[in-house]
Amino acid sequence: MILKSLTSGIVAGAAAGLFTGLLQLALVQPVLLHAELYETGALVHRGAEAVSARWEWSGIDPARDGLSLLFSMLIFAGYGLLLTAAMSLATEGETSISPRAGAIWGVCGFVAAQLAPAFSLPPEVPGAAHIDLSQRQIWWYATVAVTAVALWLLAFGRSNWHALAAIVLLLAPHVIGAPQPEHFEGPVPQELAALFASRALGAGLAGWTVLGATLAWLRKHSAESSV
Amino acid sequence: MIAALQQKAILGTSKRHMAILVCGILGLGLITVAGNVQASALHAAAHDVRHANGFACH
Repeated sequence: MILKSLTSGIVAGAAAGLFTGLLQLALVQPVLLHAELYETGALVHRGAEAVSARWEWSGIDPARDGLSLLFSMLIFAGYGLLLTAAMSLATEGETSISPRAGAIWGVCGFVAAQLAPAFSLPPEVPGAAHIDLSQRQIWWYATVAVTAVALWLLAFGRSNWHALAAIVLLLAPHVIGAPQPEHFEGPVPQELAALFASRALGAGLAGWTVLGATLAWLRKHSAESSV
Repeated sequence: MIAALQQKAILGTSKRHMAILVCGILGLGLITVAGNVQASALHAAAHDVRHANGFACH
């Protein structure tokens, strides 16, 4: 059972990670590369002359983009394993989650792991102002954890008190507040930063949905094939 | 017979819990290494993906 759980989590995660990585390369990476020109000072926003918003994509960089695909697969394999653990906990070992329901599990994973932290710490373009990394990472882990518990209470809680506790948990990280910089200093135009944040979240939602559906299908398939 | 079935059920449950635990720990480990550890080679290799997935990167 351990091997089967590990395999389905890693395989579904790697597949969803490859899908998400390709989506990010096509739609998120060009925005990041454009922003990096402002980070390094190759382009200057609000200088003496207006800068064209148009930019030519420099094409595939095999080493850099290959590593991005690899790490996207690794991160999604991690997400896949956590989703496997959660599905297994909810279904008490039965594999009764349909791929459609799995997609909803994936959306919940996206809300916990990406949307909730982004609500107070949006995906950053390179060069954005920030403070001490470890404080933000601690806040990130805590936010993902309490949001996951809150969604679990909303989905499986049996009383209104569970729903009330869920709302408190969903709000808490944002009421307490994420570590924010003292000053604004980002050299990247707001248009690019906003596009980057929404593209990153959209690609994440697509990736998590694929992950949930693929994982549910794999769990069902591997259970049926072993009977 | 009943004792044997009970034994099997207990074994199944503990195996399931072990699977949940192993998946949880490995999943968290993978996300931490690929998304959050700051060793410079890892940071450079994972840089673009960390930004695109909303991890705190710098």
